Amino acid sequence: MAQAAAKHGENHAHGHDHGHHDPQELKVLGFWFFLISDVILFSVLFATFIVLRDNTAGGPVLSELIKMPGVIAETFILLTSSFTSGLAVLAMNQGKVKQLISWLAVTAVLGAGFIALEVTEFIELIHEGFSYTTSAASGAFFTLVGTHGLHVSLGLIWMIGLMLQLKKRGITDVTRGKINVISLYWHFLDVVWIFLLSIVYLMGVM
Amino acid sequence: MLERLKEFASEFFVTGDPLIYGADVAIGITMITIVAVLTYFKKWGWLWRNWLTTVDHKKIGIMYIIASIIMLFRGGVDALMMRLQLAMPNMDFLHPEHYNQVFTTHGTIMILFMAMPFMFGLFNVIVPLQIGARDVAFPFLNALSFWLFFLGAMLFNLSFVIGGSPDAGWLSYPPLSELSHSPGVGQNFYIWGIQISGIGSLATGINFLVTIIKMRAPGMKWMKMPMFTWSVFSTCIIILFAFPILTVTLALLFLDRFAGAHFFTLDLGGNPMMYINLIWMWGHPEVYIVVLPAFGVFSEIVSTFSRKKLFGYKSMVFAMLIISFLSFFTWAHHFFTMGSGADVNAFFAITTMLIAIPTGVKIFNWLFTMYRGRIRMATPMMWTLAFIPCFIVGGMTGVMLSVAPADFQFHNSYFLIAHFHQVLIGGVVFGYFAGLYYWWPKMFGFQLEEKLGKWAFWTWNIGFYVCFMPQYAVGLMGMTRRLSTYGWDTGWWELNFVSTIGAFLMGVGFLFQVAQIADGIRKYKSLKASADPWDGRTLEWSIPSPAPEYNFAITPRGDDVDEWWEEKERRAKGIYPPEQPLEPIHMPKNSAIPFVMSIFWFIAGFGFVFGWLWMAILGLAGVGICMIARSFSYDTDYYIPVDEIKRTEASLRGSV
Ligand code: HEM
Ligand SMILES: [Cu+2]
Repeated sequence: MAQAAAKHGENHAHGHDHGHHDPQELKVLGFWFFLISDVILFSVLFATFIVLRDNTAGGPVLSELIKMPGVIAETFILLTSSFTSGLAVLAMNQGKVKQLISWLAVTAVLGAGFIALEVTEFIELIHEGFSYTTSAASGAFFTLVGTHGLHVSLGLIWMIGLMLQLKKRGITDVTRGKINVISLYWHFLDVVWIFLLSIVYLMGVM
Repeated sequence: MLERLKEFASEFFVTGDPLIYGADVAIGITMITIVAVLTYFKKWGWLWRNWLTTVDHKKIGIMYIIASIIMLFRGGVDALMMRLQLAMPNMDFLHPEHYNQVFTTHGTIMILFMAMPFMFGLFNVIVPLQIGARDVAFPFLNALSFWLFFLGAMLFNLSFVIGGSPDAGWLSYPPLSELSHSPGVGQNFYIWGIQISGIGSLATGINFLVTIIKMRAPGMKWMKMPMFTWSVFSTCIIILFAFPILTVTLALLFLDRFAGAHFFTLDLGGNPMMYINLIWMWGHPEVYIVVLPAFGVFSEIVSTFSRKKLFGYKSMVFAMLIISFLSFFTWAHHFFTMGSGADVNAFFAITTMLIAIPTGVKIFNWLFTMYRGRIRMATPMMWTLAFIPCFIVGGMTGVMLSVAPADFQFHNSYFLIAHFHQVLIGGVVFGYFAGLYYWWPKMFGFQLEEKLGKWAFWTWNIGFYVCFMPQYAVGLMGMTRRLSTYGWDTGWWELNFVSTIGAFLMGVGFLFQVAQIADGIRKYKSLKASADPWDGRTLEWSIPSPAPEYNFAITPRGDDVDEWWEEKERRAKGIYPPEQPLEPIHMPKNSAIPFVMSIFWFIAGFGFVFGWLWMAILGLAGVGICMIARSFSYDTDYYIPVDEIKRTEASLRGSV
């Protein structure tokens, strides 16, 4: 059923002329390339963090300030949201708009919860004297984790926009492409978070 | 109030230098003239519809090239000012601070705002035509890339008259580029000018990768792709991996300056050497980004003007892919003297030397292609021929530089300056000139007369050797780069004087080119070009000049590298392809969003430069709104009906 729906979309896009390519297929490939560039972006930030993490200049040390329960909660919430975004795509492939929108809404709420926890964590760290300008290590930490947080926040705005479009237009070739792309993005952020968890937090406390 | 305004203005506008007053006046006059001319000829609507909002890759390409030539002029004036200052000992034309600004803006502009857009211009005009596509994969994104580049470049150039130019070198090493050493706004202009245009470059890289992977004509397998398209493909791979590094590096530097971070500072744990590693991890691949497309251009030209298939097509492709891979593993040869130890230096010395091998392969292939060919000496071919010896010498001095112990002698001397100008001018600039002359008729529909072009060719080339050969010598005599003046006792002045004469000869060469183009525009009606003026080999020569907005009325096939050549041979034998009915053509609609969004980026960048957060936020909000507006717009394309295609084809092809 899902397969059939997808096939139909393709046939439709190819209907008119031969020089014309399925725009959704192009977009997904383009998005993969964007993700590669984003991987590089994060790699550089990770490398910077690894080089600088011990350069605390006599100031507070991150590993002594981390509160693991908060981090575990963040992880749990983000992983769940990745799962619900998968459910959204499933609902879409079955042609169920309402379910699709609801799962996206759940995903967005979870994402917002993640951001809220992260911001609280940041504020606590700053209270403990570990702020952005304290040392090279602190700056590297906030920049790396903050860049991920920024990605999640932008994803949220984007997701809300897509929910509005779905309401208005339902599931079409175009909206289907957009949902596929954002779910790819969301899973990607999840993977980046796993690296953050291992390299920044777990390796920090161990 | 008035006092405060005065005080503000005196810090905001750069004053006190006749050059800058001159620039102020020139900018003012140019602006007024442009506005007046557009209003008088009632061209505002035309400008808006045909250029500012266009998503046609060919027009975008032309805009890239025009902007790039303007930047070549600006960077060239910088170069001549430096050479004037160095012509004689103890010259008092540019003061040291000013000299620093000039070499910084010269280097930055030449690489990022001249070479890059020239290259993107050629990508845009040619790649879709060569692969038989109607467009690039993402026309909207393509327009956005252009406007981001353009407004980034404008932001950078603004520093000359507002706030002050950057002066920490074209790669902005900390601590020179840190707040502690560059407290003015010049460095911020550098960061944001490059950052904004860099986003555009990354987007272009992605766009052309998808275009080449997905939109080739039926039958065009990978190993049937024209060589220029291959060069663009390998370049885009490098862009995809290198540009994010630049983005992060500049962002971190900005966070140091703006938000008080300590990535590269000298205090609180910062590590300046990390910046230098990062910037060269982008910077070295960057030089291959600009040179590979030139290799692609040469391959096309050599085979067209020798009337032969390119020799060693497969080895050419592999050489290019190997170069793009290796280019990421050589970056430390830029700081052998840094003290990373013999093992590290040895590794990077070897990787650097390895690149010479695929490059050598390419040069031999071009020579073998010419061997026994029926060579025609049109200007594109002349530039190609001039490139070969120039690049061989530049390559050999490059290998000399890559010998780590020897580099302790050459490092940061004029020997290095001579080397990299030799590859950048001889390889990159000559290559793009060749490409511009070669594809000129396809872009504009008329031929340039070659007489002035040959004058330009000879003055450029003679000027080049006169300018840079003495610099090898003066470098070995101990003259270091970024030196603003020297004394009579050094024994360097004769060589420097000769070098300056060469530089001005190249300036004359540029004027000849401008004259040639102006002359062509004046006479363009009588110089009308046919579809295939050079007797070309690839698909772009099968459609009218200039190419119609939909490129191909009927999707072509691409079964051979030299598909159009084969087709001509078949036609000569009387074998014609079967008639195909025309169908309506699907096209993207113009959009104002790329232009408007880039203006908002400019505003945001300007706000960050001066630390005016309200303005930066305003700009970023505008960017966000533009993105949302785009996401919500669904009416983005239309169809060109069959009878309109018929009319266009008839009028463009004339009686042919
Ligand atoms: C047209 C003739 C040109 C002349 C006469 C010229 C001359 C110069 C001079 C005098 C310097 C300063 C050397 C120093 O004091 O350190 C310089 C630096 C530089 N040039 Fe050129 N140049 C030319 C074209 C180009 C081109 C086409 C490019 C690149 C595509 C380029 C890229 C650079 C770079 C990257 C630097 C280093 C700037 C720095 O030290 O930060 N130049 N050039
Ligand atoms: Cu290098």
